[in-house]
Parts: sequence; C-alpha cells; structure tokens
Amino acid sequence: MKPAPFVHHEPRSVEEAVATLAEVGHDGKVLAGGQSLIPVLNMRLASPNHLVDINRLPGCDRVEVGDDHVRVGALVRHAQLLADARAASALPLLGQALACVAHPAIRNRGTTVGSIAHADAAGEMPSVAVLTGAVIEAASVRGTREIAATDFFEGPLETTLEADEVVVAVRFGRFPTGTRTAFLEAARRHGDYAMAGVAVALGVTDGVVSDARASFVSVTPVPDILDLTEAVRGREPGTVDWSTVADAVAAHVDPEADIHASADYRRALVIELTQRAFAAAAQEGVA
Amino acid sequence: MTEQIMSHTSPPVGSDITVEPLHEITLSVNGAPHTATAPARRLLSDFLRRELGLTGTHVGCEHGVCGACTVLVDGAPMRSCLMFAISAQGHEITTVEGLGTDMDNLSPVQQAFKECHALQCGFCTPGFLTTIHAFLETNPSPTEAEAREVVSGNLCRCTGYQNIIKAVLRAAEIRREGGAA
Ligand SMILES: Cc1cc2nc3c(=O)[nH]c(=O)nc-3n(C[C@H](O)[C@H](O)[C@H](O)COP(=O)(O)OP(=O)(O)OC[C@H]3O[C@@H](n4cnc5c(N)ncnc54)[C@H](O)[C@@H]3O)c2cc1C
Ligand code: FES
Ligand code: FES
Repeated sequence: MKPAPFVHHEPRSVEEAVATLAEVGHDGKVLAGGQSLIPVLNMRLASPNHLVDINRLPGCDRVEVGDDHVRVGALVRHAQLLADARAASALPLLGQALACVAHPAIRNRGTTVGSIAHADAAGEMPSVAVLTGAVIEAASVRGTREIAATDFFEGPLETTLEADEVVVAVRFGRFPTGTRTAFLEAARRHGDYAMAGVAVALGVTDGVVSDARASFVSVTPVPDILDLTEAVRGREPGTVDWSTVADAVAAHVDPEADIHASADYRRALVIELTQRAFAAAAQEGVA
Repeated sequence: MTEQIMSHTSPPVGSDITVEPLHEITLSVNGAPHTATAPARRLLSDFLRRELGLTGTHVGCEHGVCGACTVLVDGAPMRSCLMFAISAQGHEITTVEGLGTDMDNLSPVQQAFKECHALQCGFCTPGFLTTIHAFLETNPSPTEAEAREVVSGNLCRCTGYQNIIKAVLRAAEIRREGGAA
C-alpha cells in the first residue's frame, strides 16, 4: 500500500522544526530514518497531514563521548553508532545491543534516537537507554528539557514526549569503571525483532560483585530495571550460580503471546538468556 | 499534472490537503541526474519504477521486510520502499541496473548468480544483488557464516537460499580473480 498524502516540511534548523511542530500539533509527525514510521504510513495505520522531516537538520549527526556519557544526535544512524570505535570502548553495551537491531540495510537508515522515540517494547535501544540511565534531550517552542529514560517510556509505543517536541539527542550514561555488560536475545532469524532479550550490567568492585542489574526486550510493556544485586552481592563474579536470579526474573517479566512464541516460552527464554548474559558478563566485557 | 485525492482513500484528519502538491525531484541514479515531478509521498521505489522507468527495483512487501526493493544510497544498501523520493535528493542512488545491463559483461555478483543458479523466478534477485554488491566492497573475502549473515535481511520464496550463499562466495572469488567489473 501507499501512504496517504501529506505536506512535507524540511526544516533546516531545530528552531524551524519546533516552530512547524507547534503549528501542526497532533496533525504532524517527526520523520527521522522512517524505518518504523514509513511502514506505518504505507499500511495506513496512521495518516498524519504533516511530516516534519528532520534529515537535513545540521549538527544532529554527531556521536560525542564525554566522561560520563555517550551523546547520540537525532540523525545518527544505527550503523554509524555501531561503527563508532570511541563509543564502543566508552560503552560496549551500545555495540552489543546495536548488532541485534534489525538487518544492515535497516540500520543504514534507521536512527538510534528514533528507535527510542518510537518506544517499541521489542526494540533493543529503549532497554539500553533505561539500563544506562540515559537522558532524552527534547526541544520545543517552549524551550528544551531533559527527560530521564525511566520517566520517558509510558507504554508500548507511548512516551511522555509531547506532540510538539523533537528529540535532539540521547545521552546514554557510561557505567563506572569495573562494570561489565552483555546483551543477549533470541529471534527466529538474526535481525528480526527478538522473542525475548536482555541487557545486563555487572558491577565488580575489589574482585566481588557490587551491583547486578538487567533490563529486558519484548517481555515487559516498558523497559525498566530489575535490580538483582541482593542475590549475588559480595560473590566472586566467576563463581556465582546465576540460577539464583531465575525467580526474580520470572516475577518481573510479563510477556505476551504472539505468532512467534507463547508467553510461557518467552518467560522460559528470558530466564535462560539472563543467566547466560550475566555469566558472559562475569567472564569478560570489562568496561 | 495534478493529482486529485481519490474519494476512496481515507480523508485527511485536518482538511487542508485537497489538491496534492507536486515537487520537482532531481535524483542522481546510476551516475546520471534524473528529474521528475511527484508528490511528497512518492516512495523512492515507486519513483524509480514509475517516474524514471527503472523497473529493475522490485517491490514486494512495502514495509522493509522482504528486501526486494533494496538499492544503494551513497553506496550503502537501504530499502527504497522505506524512503521518500524527496528525501533521496542530493544522494547517489545505485539500482540493480547500475550493476550492469550488458549480458556479455555482467558484474561479479550477477555472474555468480548466473553460474550458481542463485535465482529461479528472479523476483527477489535485484535486492540480493545490490545488497551483496555493497557487502563485497567492504568485505571482499567473506566466510560462509558472513555470507549467510549478509543475505539474512532478504527473502526468497524459490531457491532455498543455499545457491544464493554459494553465489556470495563465488562472487567474491570472481572479484579476486579480477573478473568483470
Ligand atoms: C524489517 C525491519 C526490522 C526491524 N527490526 C528491528 C529490530 O530488530 N529492533 C529494533 O529495535 N528496531 C527494528 N526496526 C526498526 C528500526 O530500528 C527503526 O530504525 C527505529 O525503530 C526507528 O528509527 P527511525 O529513525 O527509522 O524513526 P522513524 O521511523 O522516522 O520514526 C519512528 C517514530 O519515532 C518518532 N521519532 C523519530 N525520531 C524522532 C525525534 N528525533 N524526535 C521525536 N520523535 C521522533 C517518529 O515521529 C515516529 O513516530 C526494524 C525495522 C524494519 C523495517
Ligand atoms: S518492498 Fe521494500 S523491503 Fe519489501
Ligand atoms: S528467485 Fe523467486 S523469490 Fe527468489
């Protein structure tokens, strides 16, 4: 199918973009990489009258690595971030997760910020945003504001972003030195949306576990953090029996059934993936 | 040429679009500039096929899943069904026609597909050819696992994929032998 007609706006500055968004309100949509929005338009699940195409905004295609964050501009494509060596060494979890986002042709066009704004419960990057304590930088005619990732996701495909706001960048938080991370997911075919997935961060201080947290893909309505520290604190990472976290994971997730997997299968899958991800983080991936 | 909104399409939410505006769109395709008028909603895939008559780019699913419409944008494979023609202005597009149309001088990937019987009906083939062509530019000596990975985003209903994977490896071989450019 083909999209319904729309007016195409191509702002050349953030000021111009937010002015247009303020004018068109709920009748407008931001167009970034289009890898989630254009399928929706093609299938006519939505037919906004105005598209505010941000692809020609200057300065939004940069990845900046700071002491405590990696800042990703709104036009940084998944592939660009995945190939960024500085970002990879500052926050290995980014690359670990991005490699699971879609297929290369989709990653060449889709933006990482767009996948966070899209807030798909099956998306990898919302989960990474939450686990890293990311901050979403939003702009509108009313000015700019920063939204903590934990306050950003409201439900599947729902965020606290207002219709007249554009996300200019997302700052992913860097973990303290000594934190090891891993990302694991299971999909029917590599690159497809995961049936279940998990991001883990394992803090190790003086040779023992000081922190163990996880966030999930496709098994919770919104990505949120499960803190498992109590179960494993003070243990040597290599000696932990990770099956001790199984019950807490089972209680935390709330998977739904679809054509790809039943709810029970997803729950069993994510328990196994979480154990394996922590075990992998314990072995390697020192950040 | 103006396009009147047809009555059977869903009416706009606000009512400020009655006659759809047309844009003059100039694209560089396979090294040559092309200009045509089209509405903003014209997908790059349809613009190539309909406005420019380049029907090598095939359209299967129109939601990014099948890969048949894959073209190269500044050398990188992208879904032409998930991009508006108007967004492609200023970028260099390569379609399957850009890989080669001379039967006696096929590109390495085309030649390999022919040798390995990597196509049957050919519907999916343009998307595989563009994807693999771009892949071999950056990875001239792939392993079998990498060959499998590169085609994982493209669907083929006929071949069962084995010959396509063989063709990826064969194309790499032809390139190394300095075969047809
Ligand atoms: C076949 C296929 C497979 C895929 N597989 C996966 C997968 O496995 N995992 C995964 O995570 N994703 C997957 N995706 C989606 C892909 O990652 C998209 O790139 C991403 O979800 C959206 O980014 P985008 O830049 O394309 O955003 P768009 O499609 O342009 O926009 C998506 C939504 O976010 C809004 N938006 C985008 N950017 C901004 C901004 N800066 N400010 C405000 N609002 C904004 C838009 O208005 C729209 O509502 C897949 C897509 C396809 C087609
Ligand atoms: S037609 Fe574009 S991916 Fe199927
Ligand atoms: S050859 Fe027929 S779909 Fe691939």
